[in-house]
Formats: sequence, C-alpha cells, structure tokens
Amino acid sequence: MARAVSTRRKLIVTLLAWTIGIAIFFPILWTVLTSFKTEAEAIASPPSLFFFDWTTENYAAVQSRSNYGLHFSNSVIISLGSTLLGLLIAIPAAWSMAFVPGKWTKDILMWMLSTKMLPPVGVLIPIYLMFRDTGLLDSRLGLVIVLTLINLPIIVWMLYTYFKEIPVDILEAARMDGAALWSEIIYVLTPMAVPGIASTLLLNVILAWNEAFWTLNLTAAKAAPLTAFIASYSSPEGLFYAKLSAASTMAIAPILILGWFSQKQLVRGLTFGAVK
Amino acid sequence: MATAHSRSAARLMISPAVILLLGWMIIPLSMTIYFSFLRYNLLSPGNESWAGFDNYRYFLTDPAFFDAMGNTFILVLGVLLITVVGGILLGLLLDQPFFGQGIVRILVIAPFFVMPTVSALVWKNMFMNPVNGLFAYMATAVGLEPFDFLSHAPLASIILIVSWQWLPFATLILLTALQSLDQEQLEASEMDGAGPINRFIFIMLPHLGRAITVVILIQTIFLLSIFAEILVTTNGGPGTATTNLTYLVYVQSLLQFDVGGGSAGGIVAVILANIVAIFLMRMIGKNLDA
Amino acid sequence: MGRITLDKVTKRFGDVEVIPPLDLTIEEGEFVVFVGPSGCGKSTLLRLIAGLEDVTGGQIRIDGKDATETPPAKRGLAMVFQSYALYPHMSVRKNIAFPLKMAGMDQAEQKRRIDNAAKVLNLADYIDRRPGQLSGGQRQRVAIGRAIVREPAAFLFDEPLSNLDAALRVGMRLEISELHERLKTTMVYVTHDQVEAMTMADKIVVLRAGHIEQVGSPLELYRAPRNLFVASFIGSPKMNLISGSEAAKRSASTIGIRPEHISVSPTEGLWKGRVGVSEHLGSDTFFYVHDTGLADDITVRVSGEVELRAGDTVYLTPDAEKIHRFDQAGLRLK
Repeated sequence: MARAVSTRRKLIVTLLAWTIGIAIFFPILWTVLTSFKTEAEAIASPPSLFFFDWTTENYAAVQSRSNYGLHFSNSVIISLGSTLLGLLIAIPAAWSMAFVPGKWTKDILMWMLSTKMLPPVGVLIPIYLMFRDTGLLDSRLGLVIVLTLINLPIIVWMLYTYFKEIPVDILEAARMDGAALWSEIIYVLTPMAVPGIASTLLLNVILAWNEAFWTLNLTAAKAAPLTAFIASYSSPEGLFYAKLSAASTMAIAPILILGWFSQKQLVRGLTFGAVK
Repeated sequence: MATAHSRSAARLMISPAVILLLGWMIIPLSMTIYFSFLRYNLLSPGNESWAGFDNYRYFLTDPAFFDAMGNTFILVLGVLLITVVGGILLGLLLDQPFFGQGIVRILVIAPFFVMPTVSALVWKNMFMNPVNGLFAYMATAVGLEPFDFLSHAPLASIILIVSWQWLPFATLILLTALQSLDQEQLEASEMDGAGPINRFIFIMLPHLGRAITVVILIQTIFLLSIFAEILVTTNGGPGTATTNLTYLVYVQSLLQFDVGGGSAGGIVAVILANIVAIFLMRMIGKNLDA
Repeated sequence: MGRITLDKVTKRFGDVEVIPPLDLTIEEGEFVVFVGPSGCGKSTLLRLIAGLEDVTGGQIRIDGKDATETPPAKRGLAMVFQSYALYPHMSVRKNIAFPLKMAGMDQAEQKRRIDNAAKVLNLADYIDRRPGQLSGGQRQRVAIGRAIVREPAAFLFDEPLSNLDAALRVGMRLEISELHERLKTTMVYVTHDQVEAMTMADKIVVLRAGHIEQVGSPLELYRAPRNLFVASFIGSPKMNLISGSEAAKRSASTIGIRPEHISVSPTEGLWKGRVGVSEHLGSDTFFYVHDTGLADDITVRVSGEVELRAGDTVYLTPDAEKIHRFDQAGLRLK
C-alpha cells in the first residue's frame, strides 16, 4: 500500500536525492563537458561548467593521432565475440541443468561459479606463456577465448535462473507435438527466453568491455581494446585533459547506454540470482 | 521430464561448458603450482631448476609481501566500509518517494559502467592533480594549499576511486532488496509502536542481511584483484604504498620476469581468495535450494 | 487406430515404487478416465503412456506395436496439459500449426487442418492473438485445437479443466464429450474430480497408490464398487459407511448406503437421529444427521425442499436393496 507522503517531505527527499545523484554522476558529466573544451579551457581557472566555446576538435584529434577506430573495433569484437561464443556454449548447458536436473546439477553449478573466483594472477603466468608460444599474445582471438572462459560461469548462471522460470510443461508439449531436441530449443525455448538471453548478453558485453586485467596484460598494440588504449594515456598525454576526456567519453558512452537499459536485470545477474 | 533419452542429451549438452571450464581451471593452475617450485626466470631461459619451497620462502618473507598484504587488506576493507554503509544510506534514500526517481537512479548507477582505466585516469588527472585538478582549484578557491592526493595519501585516493566505482553496485542491490520488503511488515511494526530507528534496526536491517552479505562477498572477490586502477594511477607506489597482492605478482612475473616467484605469489592469492569464496558459495548454495 | 495396452508397466523413482506392475487395455475409440486422489500415480501413468517418463519395467503397446522405447514425438499421441502449455511467443494459429510444422506437412494441408480445427472449436475470432491475450477457456480450446490437428491415435488429457472456474468447467466438459462423440478417437483423461469421471467416461480406472482399484463403466462403479475405497470415492455426497452391530446384523464388517438411498420421516423409521446442519441446494437438500447411534454422522440426500430444522428428530430408513456390504478386508460381499 502506497501511503500519501507529505509534499514537504517529498520535496526534501527530492532535493537530497538529486544532490547526491548529481554528485555521484559529476565525474562523468565533467569528463563529457571537458571533451568539448579546448585544451586551454580544460585547465582554465576558474573552470567553466557550461559557458565555454564548444568544440568537437578533440574527437577528431583523438582519432587522427591514435587510430582510435582500431581500438574501438577491438573492444566491440572482443566483448561481443566472447559473449556470443559464451552463449553458444552456455544455452545447451543451462537447458540441461534447468530442465533435466540430476544428482550433480547443483554441484556443477557451484563448481562453475568457483572457477569465476579464481584470482587471475593465479593463472596469469601459464596463460601468458601459452599465448606467447602460440602467437595468441596481442591477438583478438586470444582475448575472445580468455573472456569467454572467465564470463562463461556468469552466462550459464544467468541463463539457468531465467530458464528455471519457463514451465517444463511447454517443452514437454513441444516434445508431444513431435519436436526433436534441437527444434525444442530453437523454436520453443530460445524465443521464450529472449528477454533473459538479451539481458545476459547485455550484462556480459558490459563486463567484457570493461575487463581490465587480461586486456591490459595480454595486449600490446594491435589487439588492444579501449581499456588498454585509455591506459596508455596514463602519462604524459593524460595531461591533455580535453583529448583524454574525448577518448574517455567515446570509450564509456556505448556501454553507459547499454548499462542503463539493462539495470533492472543487473542485480540478478551480478548476484547469481541470490538477490532478485 | 526425465527419460533416459533426455538425460543422455543433457549430458551431451552440458559437456562443452564443463570440459572448457575444467581445462581453464586445471591446466593453468597446475602449471602455476609447478612453476612455483621452480627457479625460473624469463631473462635466463633454459636455466630452470627445482627450487622446492624457496619461492614461497622468498615471497612470504619479502617485506613487499607484508606491505602488499596490508594494502590489500586496507583496500578491500576501506572500500567495503564505504560502499556498504553508503549503499544502505543511499538505498534508504532512493526507496523514498520523490520526483525524478528514475533519473536519479540512472545517475547513481552510472559509475559502475565506467571502465576501470577511464575512471582511474579521470580521477587522477582531472580531479586529484595538484596543479590543474578540480580539487586543487577548489582548495585554492577557499584559500587552502592544494593537496597532492596520489603522493601524500595514495592508498586513500585509490580507495576513493574504487569506492566511487562500486558504490552504485552496493546501492543497486540494497535498493532492490529494500523494495522487496513487505510494506505490511513495516506497517505492522508501526502499529506495534516501533519508531523509524527501531523499524530500521529490527525490520529492515535483518531483511537486508542477506543482500549485505552478498554485496560483501562479491565485492571482496573483485576487490582482491584490483589491478587497473593501481597500474594507471600510481604503479604501486610511491615505494610499495599502493602495491596490493595482485599488483605485486604482476610486477614480479611480468616486469621482473621471475616466473617462479610470481607463481608462488599467485598461489598465495588463490588460497586467500578461496577462503572468501567458500563463504560466498555457501550463501549462494543455500539460495539454490530455496 | 488408438488401442493402448499396458503390460506389467512399472515405474520407480529411486527406491519409491510409484506404479507397481500394472496391466490395462484401453480400447480403440474409448473415453477412459483415470481418477484417484492426488499422489495416486494417475498423472505418472499418463506421462508413461505419453513417453515423457521412462517405464522401469513392462511394455506399452500402441495399436499392437511396442512403443516402450519410442520417444514421445514418435508415438502419435497428442496431449493437453493442465497448464495448457501454449507457446506464449506464437499466435494461436502458429500454436496449432506447430505440430504440423514439426511433421513437415505441406502448407496447403496445414491450412486446411487449422481452418477445420478453428471451425470445430470456434477459434476464428482470436486465431491471430497470442495466448497471453486469451481467457482460460479460450486457452483451453487452443490447447485442444493443437491436439486435434495432428489427428493422433489417442488424446491424453492431464487434468485439463482444473484451472477453469466452475461454470466454465461444466461447459468445457460437455465440449470435450461432444468432441469425443464426433471424432471417435481414443481419449485418456486424468482427473481427481469424480464428477468429471462419472460424466465423461466410457470406462473409469480408479487408482490408489499406483494400484488399479477398479475398472468399469461409471454406473458399474456406482452400483457395485469393488471395495471401500471405490465406494467412498465415487458418488457425491460420499457414501455413508457404517460398521459395528448394524453391519454385523447383515453379516458384514462394514455396510455402505448412499445418501440418496435413505428415506426420511419425522415419525417412523429404522434409525433415529437428530438433524444437524442442512444444505439447501434447491433441487436437493443434504442433511447431516447426528446421534443415530451408528458410527458417524449420516448424510442424507432428499429431492426437492424438505422442512426440517436443526435439532429436529428424524427417522431414517435405508433402501435395503441398495445397501453395499464389505468384508473385513474392505472387499465387496456378494
């Protein structure tokens, strides 16, 4: 039951919530604004929030100086590739666990989760050496493989929690209607699970896009995604605030938008269904 | 629905995932264990020799290890404290009715989607820089000496940056948990004469207990492996002031090419993470039965 | 087409034997109802016939062919589920077309069959809607439509009416009966509701704990229940069961008399009692009579309205011809 709240109280809460919300968001806002300033204005004192000469020159400069497009497409290929590959492996696995649970199902799920908790430094050296010896170092394929594997448990888990909500009856009906296993998965299960699969995809693209241990350690130049590219701004280019801001804005904008769309599903995905 | 046919299909369909993860876990991990017992440096390849527990002895008695342990501990604890307390307060606030709830929610959650290298760079250069940073400007504006955050309070600065990234996560989960609280329970407790503080302590906090535990455990897993923020802002310095365990292993293995020592450090990190993981798995496992 | 034979069919879940060896023949064109309390194994039995569960032992034959190992898709049976199990992402038309599409039937024939089903079941008004936009009764019709287009050897119904409200249930009951009249296809119908069983079945199979208690036509079961379980399960209100001296007089361990076979008089009769609660349905009146000196309260059903108040003294006389006698083991005595 929603209770009537006094307008005065509502106004106070509104003021407080907006102040905090804007404060938390401010670094992002500031970055975006700075990206439209000239370098001089970016470090001007006093800094101006909105009233400056808006320019898009930084965006052009970032691309022309650093082959930004390459890193951006690396990010897209690596995050999307690893997620799609992960889904391909995870959908059948989640089908098995959700609809044909056996004695071991729970143990397998827990064990999969436990692999996610393996700290990356525990396996960094062998992976690094194996990649060096097989030529996968600084390759997109290498990163797709690693990110698929580290996000696979999350994908399986998320799909599992979504599949669990689909009534078994409907799959059995398909079987009675003469559908073979593959038809059952393709024509019945997958379309019904589209919302779940979509949010799994979204969350994993976000996680892969922002992954910053393996991408930093396994790439040098040609396969470097945006995480690694931005890290190269550490110094001294980082002192060019406007260009740093432009590069940063481009790196975070797509994922910020995706993230806002998926925020409802985020909690469930990130807590493995422990909080809904 | 369990016929022999569907069961064997199920086994077939789950096997790629299981085999891949098994390979991912067992092969590199056993190599790491093996390396950790070798004297093995990439700068002098071909000179590997059995080292017994030497690597562990060196790693565990290295003063840098103690610093790294301490830093890891402070980093994890500091961020947890800020995000959990902040998350509860923010969750309570955002759970109230107010104008523009949806927009504020979006603003609050945004930092979670910012890649670690970007947030570290933005904070380092545009806010914490002692010359051109916004904080320096604000300090001068009120007549104070600008403070060089990353030189004089490096670990605290990193804690601040990481907290900014994780506060949205904690807030979102705690807010979701708060919203699932049965309103009638609160009304019943109000009828029973409980004031706002008692309602929080006796009704809301127990209800949040599970969500708080989940937040703590999941964040701990991620926070133990903080890497990019340190690499971009301080490179672990000054000295070892901001070197955590993950960064120490990175330095040892990929900067000093000491595979043996780095591996020993990696195994130590695995053991520490496992201790946390066991608690987390218990929590999630319980949920699985429900 | 549509003769189903179960030969020593057994089902075990782990150590629990849900269906002990069971023999049953379902004749072609028959409407067979499996009825029993929840947990009696009736749904499991249906799922064994469907092929959704493996039998632990025994053989299932469909039209003489061994189908024990045949996957459900290949058995040529259609099933209507309790939850209807419609595909929520497909329109009504696509739902009905799905089994035909799976069978690889050509478009023209698909269309002919769908149109026919739509006509028979009056689906035309909502054929392009999705299941989510339909009422319970409409969904039920679509589920039946999806089953009939395949022209299966037999229909399996798993408590199909239990999610409908009472009024709709009666209507759908009639429709399914009429459908059976028209199609003459074998139907196997599972329910826990004995009224459904009595009204629809050619043959009722009463199950308890996986055992068949009795097989027979509705009237056979009503007139000559083979044991106490069937006696008290079939008929509403339930048969009065009396043991003790009254039963001993008739050389039985227990006697049973249905509420409608007792006559009531304010002045004279065999058993004397006091009226408790009465339920007036208009067409009938049910009395619960206390203090008869017999084991429990006696339920009496009287046609029309009868003016008796709580506390009144009444005399009850059972119709001697219609007293059922059971021995110590609960079996019917001739």
